[in-house]
Amino acid sequence: MSITDLGLPTNGSPVTGQPLSGVGHVPPLGEGEKLSKKDFTSDQEVRWCPGCGDYAILAAVQGFLPELGIKRENMVFVSGIGCSSRFPYYLDTYGMHSIHGRAPAIATGIASARDDLSVWVVTGDGDALSIGGNHLIHALRRNINLKILLFNNEIYGLTKGQYSPTSRTGQVTKSSPLGSLDTPFNPVSLALGAEATFVARTLDSDRQHLSSVLRAAAEHRGSAFVEIYQNCPIFNDGAFDVLKDRTEAQARIFYLNDGQEVVAGDGEDQRVVVRDDRGVMTVVPRSEADPARIVIHDEAAESPAGAFALSRLDSPELSTVPMGVFRNVRRPSYDDMLRDQVAAARTGEITDADIDALLAGKDTWTVSGSA
Amino acid sequence: MSTKLVQKLDRVVIRFAGDSGDGMQLTGDRFTSQTALLGNDLSTLPNFPAEIRAPQGTLPGVSSFQLHFADHHVLTPGDRPDVLVAMNPAALKANLRDLPRGATIIVNTDEFNKRNLAKVGYAANPIEDGSLESYHVHPVALTSITVDALAEFTDLTRKEKERAKNMFALGLLSWLYTRPLEGTESFLKAKFAGRPGILDANVAALHAGFHYGETTEDFSVSYEVAPAPMEMGNYRNITGNVSLSLGLVAAAHRAKLPLFLGSYPITPASDILHTLAGLKRYGVVTVQAEDEIAGVGAALGASFAGALGVTSTSGPGLALKAETIGLAVSLELPLVVIDIQRGGPSTGLPTKTEQADLLQALFGRNGESPVAVLAPATPADCFDIAIEAVRIATVYRTPVIVLSDGYLANGSEPWRLPKTSELPDLTVEFATEPNDVTADGEPVFHPFKRDPQTLARPWAIPGTPGLEHRVGGIEKADVTGNISYDPDNHDKMTRLRQAKIDGIADSIPLLEVDDPSGEAEVLVLGWGSTYGPTAAGVRLARAIGTPVAHAHLRHLNPFPANTGEVLRRYRRVIVPEMNLGQLAMLLRAQYLVDIQSHTAVRGLPFQASEIADVIAKAARPSVAESMKEMAK
Repeated sequence: MSITDLGLPTNGSPVTGQPLSGVGHVPPLGEGEKLSKKDFTSDQEVRWCPGCGDYAILAAVQGFLPELGIKRENMVFVSGIGCSSRFPYYLDTYGMHSIHGRAPAIATGIASARDDLSVWVVTGDGDALSIGGNHLIHALRRNINLKILLFNNEIYGLTKGQYSPTSRTGQVTKSSPLGSLDTPFNPVSLALGAEATFVARTLDSDRQHLSSVLRAAAEHRGSAFVEIYQNCPIFNDGAFDVLKDRTEAQARIFYLNDGQEVVAGDGEDQRVVVRDDRGVMTVVPRSEADPARIVIHDEAAESPAGAFALSRLDSPELSTVPMGVFRNVRRPSYDDMLRDQVAAARTGEITDADIDALLAGKDTWTVSGSA
Repeated sequence: MSTKLVQKLDRVVIRFAGDSGDGMQLTGDRFTSQTALLGNDLSTLPNFPAEIRAPQGTLPGVSSFQLHFADHHVLTPGDRPDVLVAMNPAALKANLRDLPRGATIIVNTDEFNKRNLAKVGYAANPIEDGSLESYHVHPVALTSITVDALAEFTDLTRKEKERAKNMFALGLLSWLYTRPLEGTESFLKAKFAGRPGILDANVAALHAGFHYGETTEDFSVSYEVAPAPMEMGNYRNITGNVSLSLGLVAAAHRAKLPLFLGSYPITPASDILHTLAGLKRYGVVTVQAEDEIAGVGAALGASFAGALGVTSTSGPGLALKAETIGLAVSLELPLVVIDIQRGGPSTGLPTKTEQADLLQALFGRNGESPVAVLAPATPADCFDIAIEAVRIATVYRTPVIVLSDGYLANGSEPWRLPKTSELPDLTVEFATEPNDVTADGEPVFHPFKRDPQTLARPWAIPGTPGLEHRVGGIEKADVTGNISYDPDNHDKMTRLRQAKIDGIADSIPLLEVDDPSGEAEVLVLGWGSTYGPTAAGVRLARAIGTPVAHAHLRHLNPFPANTGEVLRRYRRVIVPEMNLGQLAMLLRAQYLVDIQSHTAVRGLPFQASEIADVIAKAARPSVAESMKEMAK
């Protein structure tokens, strides 16, 4: 048989030298080796509804993965249940289509057991924020080296159109004929509240922006949470249409660029985000803004307060939509620290004699002579 | 200087009982350790409330530790204590009914004041009112003598001195049964390493108790129990939970797999998490998950990644893990699930034992979802069961549920240390290359192409080039593993998964029957922790001339191949269980054999005498049977 190195233990502490990237211990491609989108396309027929936003995300991910320059066999995609969770079947990597809401928990085991894998979680608003809410927040607070892609279409698609934890209050669906009574989650606010170290938002149809966010997420060591606004053409069609219309988008989307002002629109119509003394952010026309109060985006700010304030600019009408990386800070990841603890405790190869000593413990006695 | 009489005894059952804050578990543990080192065979039964500090001096707050030690093979912690150490009125009242007449009671008189007596409903002091006439009562002012003995420790408060009274009691009992104190001294040194004052006081109290026994006229005799004959070898004393934990570590070592435990704290399983969390030196990874579901999820993820995924829990946790175990059945990946059963349903009796999760383990999932189920017989057997669980999980690529229980988890017995090099070789072979060819003759990897012998599928772990594949909970097409909703395929896959589990029977030992007379018409068949009391009951029944056969199941799914044949050999089959007849139901259903189900769910193990009574009654032919016999 061949012994496969499972990556335990590892000396991969990010304490010394260059900080590790999200794929720090994953074997890179060999010299001259190159992968293409085709290498990541499995032989399975894609079975999403025509016009589903998931197609665009799949194409973007398949197109982006070769950029990582790591071995395909060291990538694992884990999903839960829902339309988005069919994603792993269509990627020719290792994959697991698990059970509803549990992907972050299962991926925690994979990432904790192996440091040589790039582990991705694909989930939806119902999967991640309703049935699997607990696993999501705990994965984020532990900062496990997972890339979590949440496809948010604000509806339950696979079960045919019930309101989800991100559906807008009052939304009429099959299970809320008189309008949903629930206050929706703001996924970005939730992730920030759960101590996430990387939080971003992007849009299914904006291939370039989506790819740039994926790139930053993959680079991040620890949990990277990416909310992707995604259109469900069957049960919640057009939920994000205003962000797909070039003119409307320009006025509504506030792209978050590190070190730059947070603005939308052009010329006279330009609006900027300003911060008051209490840290609350609002949007005002540039002409009315006190230049000293205009927010300069700082994704690496130690406090999540600024990122949180930005996330609160959201409104049900999508009139103000911050888009991009809200927060990107460094904190040791749980799985790295776990491996460090094991590595520090170990003294070398475990021999039979070591196990014998463990079994014996401290208090033994010997029976000699025959019974 | 002692001129006191020393008597030889063949066996003794002692019960230490006190308030849950009195340190009775520690006292019992130390006495057990001393006893083990002397070479007695032994068995223990800790029994404590779920509350960490139940209201002081009350009946629900009583914590006890029972120890049976002997110069011969011991099977149970003993039905009835020969000696009760009662640290307060509540401890006396809660335990008195278990004592046979003539038993010895050592009471801490300091606690027998009006207030404490009233708390448990004693109108008069039972030490003085003659109600304990039929027992040998030794009234000892344990608290005040301890405080007096520690007079020189001026740095300590009275409270701190009082707290050492359990060590005084341990010293006294150590004298009474001729146990050495050195082991406890070094234990205390380690425990109170940073607090020299407390350490010295405890050691002083321990010796004071020993000397008290030597000098006081109240105790005229001390006792000796000779070592029990045991197989040659090195021994240690071990509880079921530690034994299970070590078994997992040893099995992972023999499988050359990293051990990965995903777990959530739950009584009485938490000690497995504690033990394994302390073994990082052996490469053990433990993740304390956010909930039971995440615990098993992480374990399954680790298995997918090529580690040995294990999760530990108790009944309520097993219910929460059900869906993930079902996923593991569908993915056909190794997974070891440890269920330390406790009283149910719901929260039930967290610190008490029961065996009522058998049907949950077998059937508590949606769909046809067969898994292997094992149950250890004794605390030491937990080690061997852990190894067997890992063998089945890795060879057959299946979840294995291990049903231990609170009695095994916390009870202890001497364990003859195995040699690691002689444990089974559990080396696992991961898939490394394509295992099939396409219609065009191209090599291809098919994740559900099975081993013809075991029906297990290949275990291809991430990082293996060319074997990239996807698995999931949706039904898979035979061989290729692609999603399939085809009716015939689902029927086939359902039967294949069942056949794989059934086939495990080919790899397990046949059910052995112990019937020295060869004349038994009655068979007692036990499973799990009923082994001790059942074997002891069988021993009692034979001692009074009742021929009886005894067999014990460690494999609950599948059963050993000869189980039906064994059952049919006997006129009557008795199955004692700490549930309402779950194994009996399974046996009747599978083998169409009638079973006499003997059940109790008192949160405590059976007593040997109770089992012996049941055997004796069953062994007597009924009137109807006698008449039939006569008519022949």
